[in-house]
Amino acid sequence: MTRARRKVQEWIGFASLYFAVLIVVSILGFILYDIIARGYKVISWEFLTQAPRRGMTEGGIWPAIVGTFWVSVVTVFFSVPIGMFSAIYLVEYAEQGRLVRFIRLAIRNLSGVPSIVYGLFGFALFTLTLNLGLSVLSSGLTLALLTLPCTITASEEALKTVPMSYREGALALGATKWQAIRTNVLPYALPGMLTGTILSLARAAGETAPLLFTGVAFFLPSIPKFPHLLFEQYMALPYHLFIMSTQHHEIVKVRPLAYGTAFVLILLVVLMNGTAIWIRYRFRRKYKRG
Amino acid sequence: MPEIKIRTKNFNFFYGNFKALSNINIEIEANKVTALIGPSGCGKSTFLRSLNRMNDLIPGTRVEGLVELDGENIYDKSIDVVDLRRRVGMVFQKSNPFPKSIFDNVAYGLRIQGFKDKAFIARRVEESLIQAALWDEVKDRLHESAFAISGGQQQRLCIARALVVNPEVLLMDEPASALDPIATQKIEELLFELKKKYTIVIVTHNMQQAARISDWTGFFYLGELIEFGPTEQIFTNPKNKKTEEYITGRFG
Repeated sequence: MTRARRKVQEWIGFASLYFAVLIVVSILGFILYDIIARGYKVISWEFLTQAPRRGMTEGGIWPAIVGTFWVSVVTVFFSVPIGMFSAIYLVEYAEQGRLVRFIRLAIRNLSGVPSIVYGLFGFALFTLTLNLGLSVLSSGLTLALLTLPCTITASEEALKTVPMSYREGALALGATKWQAIRTNVLPYALPGMLTGTILSLARAAGETAPLLFTGVAFFLPSIPKFPHLLFEQYMALPYHLFIMSTQHHEIVKVRPLAYGTAFVLILLVVLMNGTAIWIRYRFRRKYKRG
Repeated sequence: MPEIKIRTKNFNFFYGNFKALSNINIEIEANKVTALIGPSGCGKSTFLRSLNRMNDLIPGTRVEGLVELDGENIYDKSIDVVDLRRRVGMVFQKSNPFPKSIFDNVAYGLRIQGFKDKAFIARRVEESLIQAALWDEVKDRLHESAFAISGGQQQRLCIARALVVNPEVLLMDEPASALDPIATQKIEELLFELKKKYTIVIVTHNMQQAARISDWTGFFYLGELIEFGPTEQIFTNPKNKKTEEYITGRFG
């Protein structure tokens, strides 16, 4: 092969990689630009702190922010401990055999199940069978189920990055298995576990389908007090966005409000992802290895 | 009559169906350095890790026969393996400091035992670092990361960490194989001091090292203990032909 041909080949290879990245970045850029450019105008203190008025053609999105917040809290409350404990069991305790391989396969497959299916399942289990009704609790639990596969997988990966020698070193000094894990594995796996968890939660915060079946409301004029609100219906940002853009009787009129809602939702997700990156960065510096 | 610290009787070790150690009978004398030599894969490390049951961590392993520590079989059901590992400490081939400060690394073994008294911990950490001949080099930087010191210092830190819990036996798995000659020499000098207080079993690839530092030498080959005797005899007048071939460098 001649030198010139090699160069051309290399150029083609490099250009196609570059092009692929360009497509991804420009799509993201366009979405962000569209939403920010049209959304920022309606963002105001009033928009963020007041309930919708006049058939949702005026006012703000406060109840939707509160609803999304509390659903996320319930999700975190159930998803994080169960996910982390499952991962610790699977990586540290379970005998690595056929059963564990099967469990892992099941978990990986669960992360591919469409969210609408989780919605139906949550409706059947939490809303009807456990009699939690249409509520923040039902939705939060459903989203917890939805995020569990990601939380477990991310936590498992984080645990596996901790060198075997930390465990062996501790055990050789007469640590019990749990002591070795608690003092010499978890502290170093925690940032990775948290990062993965927050990323999966950020995705869950934008989910709409699971909420549809389990308690999200079209419109609620007032917000109940905590803890009462956990057992009531609620408004949520992604669903609010959905109805503002497709279900409202004056779609054109409320379009700016829809963009504003989208802007807030994206901001929320960016904020959560930012937190994840920040945690990872901070812990990396703290436990930098020599 | 010399005191025997560890005695194995017809000891076999299996990884699944593979018999890694076969019929090992050895008597390890207290307050002496016993070196285990042999080519890679001969089972010497496996044997070492059997003495504090670190092999328990590997799934699918199985033992037969006896390993007695002060006359008590360490594989007996009544033995608490956590307690055993406090009595039989270990230093690994690759120095493995924890990502903590120098002080916290050494203090680790005490803290997991529930010691809280700060003055006591500080005193034991100092004593252990002195014993490991590291104190003078790190006394002003105890709260720096353990990764900030050199490889040789890290390995001595791991020795100090093992000493802090006052073990009776110290197992060392090629502790100097990744170190430069000067750091190696320091570790070797250290062993002469340490054997006054501890019984030391060391695996080494380096035959000169075994000849220099040990009182007893065992030669392993293909999972068997081919020859075991006083170091001087093994290196000057080996009885077995395989031993002779190995120590003269004809294979290995």
